[in-house]
Amino acid sequence: MTLTVEVARSQGALRTFLHGLPGVDQVGAEQRVAMLGTRSIKTTAKAQALDLAIRMVDLTTLEGSDTPGKVRALCAKAVRPDPADPDCPSAAAICVYPAMIPVAFEALRGSGVHLASVATAFPSGQAPLSVKLADTRAAVAAGADEIDMVISRGAFLAGRYADVHDEITAVKEACGDAHLKVILETGELATLDNVRRASWLAMLAGADFIKTSTGKVQPAATLPVTLVMLEAVRDFRAQTGRIIGVKPAGGIRTAKDAIKYLVLVNETTGPDWLDPDRFRFGASTLLNDLLMQRTKLTTGRYSGPDYFTLD
Amino acid sequence: MDFQYAPAPESRSIVDIRSSYGLFINGEFVDGKGESFKSINPADEELLADIATANAEDLDAAVLAARRAFDTTWGPMPGRDRAKYLFRIARIIQERGRELAVLESLDNGKPIRESRDVDIPLVAAHFFYYAGWADKLPHAGFGPDPRPLGVAAQVIPWNFPLLMLAWKIAPALAAGNTVVLKPAETTPLTALLFAEICQQADLPPGVVNIVTGAGETGRQLVEHPGVDKVAFTGSTEVGRAIARAVAGTAKKLSLELGGKAANIVFDDAPLDQAVEGVVNGIFFNQGHVCCAGSRLLLQESVAEEFLESLRRRMAQLRVGDPLDKNTDVGAINSAAQLARIRELSQIGQDEGAERWSAPCVLPERGFWFAPTIFTGVTQAHRIAREEIFGPVLSVLTFRTPDEAVEKANNTPYGLSAGVWTEKGSRILSIADKLRAGVVWANTFNKFDPTSPFGGYKESGYGREGGRHGLEAYLEH
Repeated sequence: MTLTVEVARSQGALRTFLHGLPGVDQVGAEQRVAMLGTRSIKTTAKAQALDLAIRMVDLTTLEGSDTPGKVRALCAKAVRPDPADPDCPSAAAICVYPAMIPVAFEALRGSGVHLASVATAFPSGQAPLSVKLADTRAAVAAGADEIDMVISRGAFLAGRYADVHDEITAVKEACGDAHLKVILETGELATLDNVRRASWLAMLAGADFIKTSTGKVQPAATLPVTLVMLEAVRDFRAQTGRIIGVKPAGGIRTAKDAIKYLVLVNETTGPDWLDPDRFRFGASTLLNDLLMQRTKLTTGRYSGPDYFTLD
Repeated sequence: MDFQYAPAPESRSIVDIRSSYGLFINGEFVDGKGESFKSINPADEELLADIATANAEDLDAAVLAARRAFDTTWGPMPGRDRAKYLFRIARIIQERGRELAVLESLDNGKPIRESRDVDIPLVAAHFFYYAGWADKLPHAGFGPDPRPLGVAAQVIPWNFPLLMLAWKIAPALAAGNTVVLKPAETTPLTALLFAEICQQADLPPGVVNIVTGAGETGRQLVEHPGVDKVAFTGSTEVGRAIARAVAGTAKKLSLELGGKAANIVFDDAPLDQAVEGVVNGIFFNQGHVCCAGSRLLLQESVAEEFLESLRRRMAQLRVGDPLDKNTDVGAINSAAQLARIRELSQIGQDEGAERWSAPCVLPERGFWFAPTIFTGVTQAHRIAREEIFGPVLSVLTFRTPDEAVEKANNTPYGLSAGVWTEKGSRILSIADKLRAGVVWANTFNKFDPTSPFGGYKESGYGREGGRHGLEAYLEH
């Protein structure tokens, strides 16, 4: 961990470090993911991938219209995604706004499904630090064991890396034992160079996971962005020994897309990251398509959407 | 979790391979008068088909058919009508793309991902591109009324069988020439399927003639007194022999020969993409690429880090069944080529370079060679000077930009080169100093029909592709 200590000392040192990272050639990154997108995942490999993807879903609802009823329904779905098949694994977690944590906490009790809450003035992050920390503490106190925070993109784009770093560090401290996922909102960072720098910044500051997007900004998760983040966690592990997770969120709607992400993980970081503790999908509609493909694979037939629960 | 991709083989039932093939002369398949030979699948050594050999008499007939077509139909035909045929051929190639891709992978050993996503789309693109030129030749910059040369004798290699055919036939036909083409001995099948496509497109008889055979047939073809133009892609050794044979005749000659390209990685390069580019530069098509980036020049300050990433990436290459859609590296094209790759690799080891091969399981039957790099290579090593034409990369280091340029140019070849740096001004200044026909910046092995391709020095002369590619087939 000497790296973290040395680099985090000052704004100047952080800037030198982040701008000294190798650049990312966007054309090359896009070609790489396009090539991996042609991988043909069939039969046994597909079955394996679908079950793994289900276990990696952070089933999410982040709407102003969320109600306890809606959240309870979603929790039931996360615990038992396919009521017709007891062998179908549970999702990784439920992801909700802080106000919904008590409801979800009750609904998930004893299920093993994690409870994630967004915090720190999600989705814009435009609030004073004291408010963000209070938001985080309240979420953890209410029972969230995973916190999805947003970084201040404004501070990052203005080059105030130390501010972003210190904010993440403070939120991490407020999390206590809860896992911290740091949302970079890559759609607002715009370049892959920025994505690499923000990834390193978040990891240096103590993130347990780095996450692409809030889902409120387009584009949300993309394959090239996820590639760059996976390269960052791979290189971070090589330098520090610490393993950081990656969570693409937003815009991943089909099983086919999810499998492309798993191939990307497999051929970038290797199988160590093919685990719900290290890779997650932030998604809602994705789960039903995964279930549909899973049923198709086991029965040989496609069922209509009425055979899968809507939440 | 260990994520193993299940086999995902492309079906070979889409293509009908006949048990034997004749020669395609004057719009028809005829028996060859030479002794037939066999084309095998290099991935499993299974017989694919018996192939006819054209003897001198067959070649006379082919050249005569081409001459007649040039004099009576194709030569006098307005460019806009020639264009219609070329557009039609391009569309049929697209429609039969999967069939051509499967056949190419069976006969050549290259992965279906490459034949499907690179070779065949580029073949169609070349015909589309040159079809567009056929009625615009007065505007190509070769005078107000450039004329075709006549009959072109074309001899092509086995590494990109159908693509090399397209590079030769499309500009020749667009310019109004007729052709006699000899595909390589080990990979004749897609050329013969192309002959069927010519029939399907109702191309007038004799405009395209395909004659098969070994080196001797090729020699007789280029030396035939009835041809006006010789175009050859292949080894520098054979290219020299052809240049000698053609010297003193009225024949026009273009040669695209060997290469030993330098791929130069500076310390400010986008390293992850550079690793991909280096892998693509040498392991694409099993390294059977004349413009392959077979010499990696690494700036010393990043050499160690880069090599570590490169080895990790190479360990992921999926070597095996060319028809599996997830295969990255296929079979070596022939036993003879495999023997040459092994021989040169042994020489590299004996000369003291350090050898490292990707830990992959190779199939038992067929011709296979694991992706390999040699480190500690110097300019004096034979593996830094001779074309290996296989999945073998020689790694050298440099300290300054000048040293990189010096080493890159210190070769008898000059076909291609690559520069990796995030610094735009460096790309321009280095590219300017490299004596190579193609210089790729932050990418490698990218081809496009609009872009001219060809070499300096012993890599040959003349250009293929683009407007420049027309010049080789026009009198002006």
